[in-house]
Amino acid sequence: MNPITRRRLIYGGAAAVAGVGGLAVADRMAKRYGLIPPDSGGVYGPGETLTYACQRLLTANKPAREFPRSMISEKPFANAIAPPTDQFKKLQAGGFKDWRLVVDGTVAHPLVLSLADLKTMPVASQITEVACEEGWSYIAEWIGTPLSSVLHEAGVLPQSRYVVYYAMEEGLWESIDISDAWDRHTLLTMGMNDGDLPVPFGGPLRLRLPRQLGYKSLKFVTHITVTDNIKKFGSGKGSVDPDGGYSWYAGI
Amino acid sequence: MSTSLPIAGGGTGAASFAVPAPAEQKRHHGLVRMTHWLTVIAFCALLVSGGEIVLSHPRFYWGKTGNVNTRPWLNLHLPSSRSSVPTGYGYVLPDQNGWSRYLHFEAAWLAVLVALVYGVYGVVSGHFTRDLLPERRDWTWHSYRQRIAQYLHRKPPDPEEDRSYNVLQRTAYVVVIFVLFPLIIWTGLAMSPTFTAQFPWTAALLGGRQSARTIHFVVSWLLLFFLIGHVTMVAVSGFWQRMRAMITGYTRDVEERQ
Repeated sequence: MNPITRRRLIYGGAAAVAGVGGLAVADRMAKRYGLIPPDSGGVYGPGETLTYACQRLLTANKPAREFPRSMISEKPFANAIAPPTDQFKKLQAGGFKDWRLVVDGTVAHPLVLSLADLKTMPVASQITEVACEEGWSYIAEWIGTPLSSVLHEAGVLPQSRYVVYYAMEEGLWESIDISDAWDRHTLLTMGMNDGDLPVPFGGPLRLRLPRQLGYKSLKFVTHITVTDNIKKFGSGKGSVDPDGGYSWYAGI
Repeated sequence: MSTSLPIAGGGTGAASFAVPAPAEQKRHHGLVRMTHWLTVIAFCALLVSGGEIVLSHPRFYWGKTGNVNTRPWLNLHLPSSRSSVPTGYGYVLPDQNGWSRYLHFEAAWLAVLVALVYGVYGVVSGHFTRDLLPERRDWTWHSYRQRIAQYLHRKPPDPEEDRSYNVLQRTAYVVVIFVLFPLIIWTGLAMSPTFTAQFPWTAALLGGRQSARTIHFVVSWLLLFFLIGHVTMVAVSGFWQRMRAMITGYTRDVEERQ
């Protein structure tokens, strides 16, 4: 019906060569400009990489959507948390005075900060949305110290590419790329709606990342590690999310 | 059939007396066929994974925010894969959101990239105006009424419908391609916290993230209804004939088939 003519063959061949060449160039560019997410392997890698690369290129410098005070949800929903450990209960009994945030990795000055130390740094607040991957959401005011202030104090070394953050709960950790870490809305949150951040919402210290889905806003943060190589952490996919089947990048 | 092809293609000479007039009609362009089947794959993946994601929170809200502490606009009363959702059922389904979300977004990329290729082709080749936009003479209620009556009375289709779509088919395809597909892509993007940081109006115009999610859900049902109607009509009008046209690109004339 459609005999393969010489012209078709030449056009097809040229298109194939251009396609393969284009992909090779795209791959090199993507690696150079950090457009490949840590969980780019496997069957779902192409979709993840396209999403991450496109969003990095399109939306890199825009802060999260902010809402007027009148939009703050009357009934925010605190998702389930694991039952508190004895260590947590002890800290809670002491009013979290002994809560410490360790900052280390590729920084000039590793830090150990109490909540009081954090509160001496510039305080910021934002009225932003928590959007869960399940579909529900609420809006609240979040008050705390921008992660950028802490990173500035620690002196991030130029080779740094990711910031890893750990919850008090063993084995629970996340990471973000360095551009999200410097975003002014990435907040070490200690207050919510004019009060202390309640424990069910991640108090005393939650890393809020309003440009990504709720599961990246880790509760009970105790440790931050700046790194140039995310492959060294866990299974190398940037957090425990991909091990549990979830995307590392949740800006989708 | 295949033996008549070279002769029919040759077209002239004594041989054309020996065979009937060319029986094979070109029906669908290669690009239309390719994008059609890729869309089928993407749509099925999106439907399955989307349904799975809904189960983690089978409640829908209107406006900017909504959660289990607020009143739903629509409660599906289905069991959920999350214990935090008050469903009334005594059990919690296994959590399948991880792969569902990975698959949903990968299939969405496939659908969008295929749509781009198809969209460019449709404009450049004139496929949209020639094959899909209802013909000028059919822009009347009478045309629609007549066609609906023809379906209701189960009259056989006009012979030309083997080669071209009637006004109802064209309208259905135009609505799906130019209204429902763009709307489901838009409402999907309006749920992305990073995308709405850059383009806040994409969520604001719809009334907020929860409205976007609700519209996304409703449009997916409309697309499913279209799919059911589409496959039903294909089956009724001659399943293999239509499948053949969408796979090989060729169809046979009605006279030839009878």
